[in-house]
Amino acid sequence: MSTAKSRTGSRRQFLVDSARLACGVSLFGLGMGFYARHAKALPPAAIRPPGALPESDFSAACIRCGLCVRDCPYDILHLAKPEEPMSTGTPYFVARQAPCEMCEDIPCVKACPTGALDHSLTDINKSKMGVAVLVDHETCLNYLGLRCDICYRVCPVIDKAITLEPQSNERTGRHTLFIPVVHSDHCTGCGKCEKACPTEVASIKVFPRYMAKGQLSEHYRLGWVEKEKAGSSLVAPDVEHKYNMPEGMKYEFDKGLSKVPPPEPSGSLPGLPKALQGDKL
Amino acid sequence: MSKSELRPGAEAVLEKGWLGAHKWLLMRRTSQIGILLLFLVGPWFGWWIVKGNLAYSYTLGVLPLTDPYVLLQSLVAGQVPHKLAFIGVAIVIGFYLLFGGRSFCAWVCPVNLVTDLAGWLRARLGIKGGPHVSRQVRYWILAATFVVGAVTGTIAWEMLNPVSMLHRGLIFGMGLAWAVILAIFLFDLFVMRQGWCGHFCPVGAFYSLIGKLSLTRIRLPNREACNDCMDCFAVCPEQQVIRPALKAINGTGPVILESNCTNCGRCIDVCSKDVFRFGLRTGGSDSNLGGVAGATPK
Repeated sequence: MSTAKSRTGSRRQFLVDSARLACGVSLFGLGMGFYARHAKALPPAAIRPPGALPESDFSAACIRCGLCVRDCPYDILHLAKPEEPMSTGTPYFVARQAPCEMCEDIPCVKACPTGALDHSLTDINKSKMGVAVLVDHETCLNYLGLRCDICYRVCPVIDKAITLEPQSNERTGRHTLFIPVVHSDHCTGCGKCEKACPTEVASIKVFPRYMAKGQLSEHYRLGWVEKEKAGSSLVAPDVEHKYNMPEGMKYEFDKGLSKVPPPEPSGSLPGLPKALQGDKL
Repeated sequence: MSKSELRPGAEAVLEKGWLGAHKWLLMRRTSQIGILLLFLVGPWFGWWIVKGNLAYSYTLGVLPLTDPYVLLQSLVAGQVPHKLAFIGVAIVIGFYLLFGGRSFCAWVCPVNLVTDLAGWLRARLGIKGGPHVSRQVRYWILAATFVVGAVTGTIAWEMLNPVSMLHRGLIFGMGLAWAVILAIFLFDLFVMRQGWCGHFCPVGAFYSLIGKLSLTRIRLPNREACNDCMDCFAVCPEQQVIRPALKAINGTGPVILESNCTNCGRCIDVCSKDVFRFGLRTGGSDSNLGGVAGATPK
């Protein structure tokens, strides 16, 4: 009897122990999972080094060795500390403190042993660390009508990643605003503009791409692009807008004033007003 | 002073002298601190012998070393690393296959310095008791880290891992990692003897799996000389590993094959009868080595 009793006792003990173990470890796993999920999002001020995989892949590929940090000649990279709201030990930089200097040989990428920084990136100008966004039109000095232009001047991809677009200054009525415009297909996200912005808090900031970029719905078609592709209008052909211009002059909306070549006598209809002679309707 | 009141190893000190009774301990501390210094002289003085940390390091621009556990987590999370990382893993696994899986814990891991200090203090303060937790828990935690890693598609454990947190912290900046290390220290000191390293740490559990096949093991060529002083049990961080080999339970040979033996060599130090020594898994001629010292078979 006593052996049977001890056997049930030990079986009971085994079940209790197993349950305890399973519960404990599951709880631990659950906590770890939530923490991992939570830390997967990259905070907006933290920019990954060049060539970093998309964030969802990055936290699986980066083994937190810090070799990119070591091989950065400008010492801009940090490894995230446990209290920072991102994957512990992963590399990042803060543009306002020290931006990426865009080394041509990209030593940080070469140092990465896992490909968390993609080795197929060989041209630093093609890197996509983030996108600069002119976040505050109210404080940007160029928006206020000054010729600050610093972000435009410091940009390593000047005239491609940031251009200055003239706009009339409605406040004075007689001046031009030179509005810095970021073009995301050329912007590398190096953060030099944010670092150099002279306002107390930067008016232009670099954000991780997922945060800075919108995306058109897939079914959207841009009429003017499609028209260009097709070589002509895909719907009812455009009617050319007519302006009253001096003799021999022509104005087109996106091309401005131009001289009209003298009309070939054979093709011109004598009775038609000059303004309508170019019409292909 | 009666024998039972002597501290473990006191008899060995009388027998072999202080140095003789602390030989392996001193070598182990030298190794632990030396490896840490190799990593630290770079950031401290700009002498870049080793770059990186225990997850992956690159020595003198030629030698890559990768932590196989981290790399496996990365693979499970769906990422395939580069060639250098794989070469590094092969070297590391090869090394620990030769020198014992968990010798990582005893000879390399920086957390061991912390938990050893806690263990020493616990013994000095006479703190006893604590919850009973199976030493198998670490394998379940190890499995959990892979499951969570696969489900979340991240190297989830590396966000919490105190081992890499401490090592990375010392080299790259600590942040609040010290709080995690302090928690482990206090846990080992007040709550459980060998709590972290001996029960929970999945890094150690992983290395113990490599240790199942590793070549260098503690042998007991002189086990008949054992006088049951229990000093080896008192100092061993994985006490369960000694008994089968020492007492020939179920015909176990005179070698500690238990993969959780950390090859720390402290049992060699504290044994006044020279029962233990380092040897190979497939030992050979140690019976005549041991039979010399006037052994009284039990």
